[in-house]
Amino acid sequence: MTAITSDFFSAPVLPKWVAPVLLLAFAYGVVPLIGSSYLFEAILLPFLALSLAGVGLNILTGYAGQVSLGSAAFMAAGAFAAYNFDLRVEGLPLIGSIFLAGIVAAAIGIVFGLPSLRLKGFYLAVSTLAAQFFVQWALTKFSWFSNNSASGVIDAPRLSISGFALDGAIGRYLFALTIVTVLTFLAHRLVTSQTGRNFIAIRDNETAARIIGIPVLKTKLLAFAISSFIIGVAGVIWAFAYLRTVEPDGFDLDRSFQILFIIIIGGLASIRGAFFGAALIVVFPLGLSRLGGFLLGDLFDSGVLDMSQRIVLGALIILFLILEPDGLVALWDRIRRRLLFAWQST
Amino acid sequence: MTFLSTIKAAALSAAMIVSVALPAAHADEQYFPLQSYRVGPYAAGGTGFFGGFIDYLNLINIRDGGVNGVKLTWDECETQYEVERGVECYERQKSHAGAAAWNPLSVGIAYAMIDRITADKVPLITVNHGRTDSTDGRVFPYVFPLLLNPYSETSGIVNYIASKEGGIDKLKGKKIVVLYHGSPYGKETIPIYELLAQKYGFTVQQIEVPHPGNEQQSQWLTIRRAKPDFVVLRGWGVMNPVALKTAVKVGYPVDHIVGNVWSNSEEDVIPAGDAAKGYTAITTQASGNSYPVVQEIVKTVYDAGKGNLEDKSRIGSVYHNLGIVNGILNVEAIRVAQEKFGHRTLTGDEVRWGFEHLKLDPAKVEALGAKDLFHSINVSWDNHEGEGYVTFQQWDGKKWNVVSDWIAPDWALLRPIIEKSAEAYAAEKGIKLRTADDADAVTSN
Repeated sequence: MTAITSDFFSAPVLPKWVAPVLLLAFAYGVVPLIGSSYLFEAILLPFLALSLAGVGLNILTGYAGQVSLGSAAFMAAGAFAAYNFDLRVEGLPLIGSIFLAGIVAAAIGIVFGLPSLRLKGFYLAVSTLAAQFFVQWALTKFSWFSNNSASGVIDAPRLSISGFALDGAIGRYLFALTIVTVLTFLAHRLVTSQTGRNFIAIRDNETAARIIGIPVLKTKLLAFAISSFIIGVAGVIWAFAYLRTVEPDGFDLDRSFQILFIIIIGGLASIRGAFFGAALIVVFPLGLSRLGGFLLGDLFDSGVLDMSQRIVLGALIILFLILEPDGLVALWDRIRRRLLFAWQST
Repeated sequence: MTFLSTIKAAALSAAMIVSVALPAAHADEQYFPLQSYRVGPYAAGGTGFFGGFIDYLNLINIRDGGVNGVKLTWDECETQYEVERGVECYERQKSHAGAAAWNPLSVGIAYAMIDRITADKVPLITVNHGRTDSTDGRVFPYVFPLLLNPYSETSGIVNYIASKEGGIDKLKGKKIVVLYHGSPYGKETIPIYELLAQKYGFTVQQIEVPHPGNEQQSQWLTIRRAKPDFVVLRGWGVMNPVALKTAVKVGYPVDHIVGNVWSNSEEDVIPAGDAAKGYTAITTQASGNSYPVVQEIVKTVYDAGKGNLEDKSRIGSVYHNLGIVNGILNVEAIRVAQEKFGHRTLTGDEVRWGFEHLKLDPAKVEALGAKDLFHSINVSWDNHEGEGYVTFQQWDGKKWNVVSDWIAPDWALLRPIIEKSAEAYAAEKGIKLRTADDADAVTSN
């Protein structure tokens, strides 16, 4: 893990805020005009939800160095909490439900973060597994959480902000995009602040951090709380804006691993890394599947194609991690530096 | 020829091919988007069901040249029984013109699709499973849990257990354990078992097996302690053989285990070996390949090398036959709708009308070559299940043998519960109850 991403080394031509602002302008101004419903429903919405979960986990794992396998549990906690706040508290606006859902996820995060005071590395990872299993078990066991619905699956409520309905694909996309933008911006501010530097100090050398006067206990729990808050809100987006049904099975251990892989592949300790990683994990298999179906769909049935896609995807990930262990962000920066260098030397 | 002119020629010929091919593709065709699953823990069900479905569509195309000349087409999108993959497939396949009906064969995916297909006005078929209250066509105009919804299945199983005990009054004081799959599908029947237990005076204990269910030691130890008179196995996929094997291990008699409609296939019992001998399960469609329609599929489709199953010994297995029955129901619904709207590509809403007038009595079923394969169906605008009959079959170690007549579930008992649940859903979602007149208003474009 590098201390802070290699932004240091890239020769700045434009101010740093230009690229994200241009990207946002594109995402708000152009994408809704040209995108198809497939683009929103099948690609951008899961991409946004998983990116945000990746940002959350990256604060905990990438910056503060605490490995967690409970991300899906925090997503589930967020989704179910938002559903219940929305259902049971009259007159609470949607944003209020989402904020409170984040708080609930953060509280659960703090509880399951307590072992981190004694446990490190793999041992901590195993103890966060407890969160994964406990939350899923509790949501299944107590049907109150799903409003006593027979099958345990609940329909997400209609999305509307101050009377303005956001039920269409574009509405839900803009809703998700706005939340992701705001939280990502806050996360970015956080990791460049004193607290963010405290996280990194604890990650790199806990004893040294303690000696220079960083409150280790408090900082670790803060990392768990903030991370879980963001992941919880990501769970709300996943359930309300993307799938529009909420069921505990959708938040299983596989999803936790998926989020962990997103930040490893994207780049640890990097906000951008979560987006790169989510793009790879969400979009790449779809592209591969459509390419496979297009080229070989007549020859093989969909099962054979799906199996071979998994092999290709796995091999590519291994190859990629060997070539660029620091993740897609490092690769991206290297390419950009080369291009800049080539451009400047002409 | 220069390089440029080669490209020009290639582009021209490509354009010509496209312009020739396009009108052909727009000839009358009815398209089935198949969200199938051929890998993952439930592949046995997926390959059998979708294999049978595709085989029947192929039969109609080869033997009859389609439905009244309208060719049936389809493509597959792999879901692995996962909700988000199912949603992706839905978004991918819905842009295809002329979609007749969706058949995801997954309760989780079906739940996620209800809002979407209702907005798009294309029917969603959940044969033998699905959301029970979608039986109420007043609230769910586009969802069809054909043949058997989970509550009817539960009623059928309880009636069968009662007949084994010597009458419905003999259920009093008996103990039944329901071992269910930890998924939306598995949980769907929890309230109805509780209700029937109250009504008939037996006690019920419901135990969950977490998905996918390949470890059940603790559940069966609990069952051994509870000493129930019957165990209902509400399993799916790998959970079923594991349950039967574990039952033998803890010493529970297998002939007191009754399987539900997704625990009734060859793929559930063969892996369990001898442990499955004497196991009984409910079904809506008998297994075996002696039925005329299955024979025709063998002759017309498989002998021409166009069969979908790789392993021909699975022809006539429970899942394959369910796929065939599902094919019959879908194709006949199109036929019904075509009689009303014309022999052409129908819209989803027109096919919905077809499903709502799908009435196949035993004579019609016989004419379709499916006598004894399934009993009958009688769908109406407000009853989307269609009063399917059930039967029970017992595994003798080699094949399933039918051990009961066709049994009717207790629809009159279930209907008020279903209506109440559907009305609660309608109130929550702000849906206006549909009337018979609304059902006759059909969107034709």
